[in-house]
Amino acid sequence: MEFWRIPLDADTIQVSRGIVHILEDRCKGCGYCIEYCPKQALEFSANFNQKGYHPPCVIKPEECVNCHYCEIICPEFAIFSVESLQTTELKQVRT
Amino acid sequence: MQKIPMTSNKQPDHPLDDLIRTDRIPHIWCPGCGIGTVFSSCLAALKGSGIDLQKTVMVSGIGCSGRAAGYVKLDSFHTTHGRAIPFATGLKLANPELNIVVFSGDGDLFAIGGNHFIHAARRNMDMTVICVNNLNYGMTGGQVAATTPHLAKSTTTPAGNPETPFNLPLMAYACGATYVARWTMLHIRDLTDSITEAICKKGFSFIEALSPCPVNYGRRNKQKPLDMLKLYQEKAIIKNDADPSTLDIDFEKGIILGKFIDLDRPTFIEEYDKIYRPSRLQENVPELNS
Amino acid sequence: MTKPAVLTGEYFMTGDVACAEGALAAGCRFFGGYPITPATEIAERMAIRLPQVEGCFIQMEDEIGAMAAILGSSWAGVKSMTATSGPGFSLMMENIGLGICTETPCVVVNVQRGGPSTGLPTQGAQGDMMQARWGSHGHYEIIALAPSSPQEIFYLTITAFNLSEKYRLPVLIMTDEIIGHMSEKVIIPEAKSIKLASRPRPKGRKDRFKPFAPGPNGVAPMPAAGEGYNLHITGLTHDEKGYPVMDVETQTEMMARITEKIQKNLDDIIQTDSYLLDDAEIVIVSYGVSARTSMAAVAEARKLGIKAGLLRLVTIWPFPEDQIRKLADRVKGFVTVEINLGQIHREVERCAGGKVPIFLVGHSGGTIIHPDEVVKMLKEAF
Ligand SMILES: Cc1ncc(C[n+]2csc(CCOP(=O)(O)OP(=O)(O)O)c2C)c(N)n1
Ligand code: SF4
Ligand code: SF4
Ligand code: SF4
Ligand SMILES: [Mg+2]
Repeated sequence: MEFWRIPLDADTIQVSRGIVHILEDRCKGCGYCIEYCPKQALEFSANFNQKGYHPPCVIKPEECVNCHYCEIICPEFAIFSVESLQTTELKQVRT
Repeated sequence: MQKIPMTSNKQPDHPLDDLIRTDRIPHIWCPGCGIGTVFSSCLAALKGSGIDLQKTVMVSGIGCSGRAAGYVKLDSFHTTHGRAIPFATGLKLANPELNIVVFSGDGDLFAIGGNHFIHAARRNMDMTVICVNNLNYGMTGGQVAATTPHLAKSTTTPAGNPETPFNLPLMAYACGATYVARWTMLHIRDLTDSITEAICKKGFSFIEALSPCPVNYGRRNKQKPLDMLKLYQEKAIIKNDADPSTLDIDFEKGIILGKFIDLDRPTFIEEYDKIYRPSRLQENVPELNS
Repeated sequence: MTKPAVLTGEYFMTGDVACAEGALAAGCRFFGGYPITPATEIAERMAIRLPQVEGCFIQMEDEIGAMAAILGSSWAGVKSMTATSGPGFSLMMENIGLGICTETPCVVVNVQRGGPSTGLPTQGAQGDMMQARWGSHGHYEIIALAPSSPQEIFYLTITAFNLSEKYRLPVLIMTDEIIGHMSEKVIIPEAKSIKLASRPRPKGRKDRFKPFAPGPNGVAPMPAAGEGYNLHITGLTHDEKGYPVMDVETQTEMMARITEKIQKNLDDIIQTDSYLLDDAEIVIVSYGVSARTSMAAVAEARKLGIKAGLLRLVTIWPFPEDQIRKLADRVKGFVTVEINLGQIHREVERCAGGKVPIFLVGHSGGTIIHPDEVVKMLKEAF
């Protein structure tokens, strides 16, 4: 989770990278974030949260493009993404 | 199960946490209910709009959607069923500096509160009204609403709705609203942009947000939570400036979304100030000088 | 052109106009209303006068909206009022309850006319007295005042505002068509001689403030919207923070807050007036326009050698129970005089506790009660 590989095509496509944060105990397991993530980066976790729902987990962290869609569709304020520092580094490498 | 420690001990806050009463989260809305999404979109709009949030008030009526006022960390009023708009009218007239957002349900705003909606729009009372349209009365267990599609099932129309629903944007336009838009809770960026525009615009603004009520409407009409969202996706026709009279919701032919009306006319307060405030009073009501 | 809020001077004024002037003198700066006979003249007066004092008038779409609007304006920090008659009073009931539950200061005037239903629109009655007490659902305390003249309605409207601000609740002025439409001399005093009260204001840290935590007299300080308190105000059962909590404990605590602030301050709230009461053997209990009838009847009865006296209720709710109880220990009986078929009468009966006989001179509404009817009752019954 700490260090991501630099994509091979990093210098050809402009990608933003995101880190997804999940506030598991707020989640009610509707699955909207999972269904509508454009990168299929999320999946239901096998864990139960305090309320007995399965919150999402990030299965493909390197795929997250920090589009925030999971964040804005979540009815529960339970998931959000922040820009990965990696991105800035990538950009810096490129310029 | 052992939790894997994070790199930093404290998880960062959700970007909207400063606008929610986190001590009241999780909220009461059912899993898959769209109200939370519309509410979150509204908060994002408030945050992004740049308006003075200390001078911003949310007013709700009664219903699942009406609970929004209880979760926003701003001055917020949860009033009586249907009466959010006149309550908000009093707030605004007594302190015109306040920015008013009315957040409520379709039953609240258009059945029991319909008369207030009509007149606030006619007066061009400066406020933004957001209606979560979930096609039924969610809170009381799924009864027919003024927005329930013809033939749809509800607990009080067990064999299908014999009535015709309102076309809400047409109604808002006909009554005099100066900003009218409709989105679904899936079209979140558009919805947030519309709410932002509406908040920043003076005059009576109306935004209809279609939103699933999986527990009541969905269950009785054989729609799983995701079915409703798929319907929004498949049937959405984005058509800004569409003629309001063409906006009946028709899940077969398609649901027209967009910003339909954006015009300017003087607000109630502007007109009142002009005609009644002291400096002008003499010329307009001559008998007062005697 | 601005005009003063207090139009100091001597006038010949109707009760309705005097009520509006009393409101302005009390600091009322918002009126939301809906026309209804015989209260319309209050709205009409406010429509002219409020803009002269930098206030705001709006004719709402109905009385439900009017009542909601004055609650909203009160939470924006402005003293607010509405005025109506029976049919509109019925429509206001749910939001009067919201005002009670959310402890919102405001004044509601009911210029009573004959009911039920549309009844006698242009003719007076006093048939809404129990509706004033219990018209909104649930158990609560309320304050209601009954003026007997245009001069008194001027002063009692000020009192109504002061009480509503001090105790944070809707205060009702239960007048009637006769007082509302009657013209009499009204003296409006100098502004500086009028004592005004304002809602208690919060001090200290805004983030720790609890809008329903009672202060020393049982009343919580009240901020306004837009002042940075992030208030949450709901008609659901709520705790001191204002947050809804659906349990018996919170319900019990909230009910104690909204009832005890009145019950523990009865001496400050209740006002009565009397006429020849000290040596009276028979006490007439009356209020509003009927108290004028009763006063004439007492004078007449005294001429006939009947030792009658008048207890005039200025405050109707909370009911002056103690005074009736004490009188019941020393007098021979009571006569209640009111333009209904026995509403306050039952309260007198309850407080007299069967100690002495109690009679009613009532009327179904549409006219005042003639003093002769009261005298006749005094002669026959005692
Ligand atoms: C005067 C009154 N009548 C009825 C009710 C019961 N009631 C509560 S919410 C509601 C309907 C809410 O429907 P809507 O506004 O569409 O909100 P939703 O729950 O669907 O979000 C009703 C009828 C009430 N609280 N007050
Ligand atoms: S930010 Fe976008 S890409 Fe990343 S997980 Fe969320 S929805 Fe998927
Ligand atoms: S959208 Fe929110 S509530 Fe739904 S599954 Fe994802 S995190 Fe949980
Ligand atoms: S009943 Fe329907 S509208 Fe209400 S919270 Fe549940 S899903 Fe949402
Ligand atoms: Mg609804």
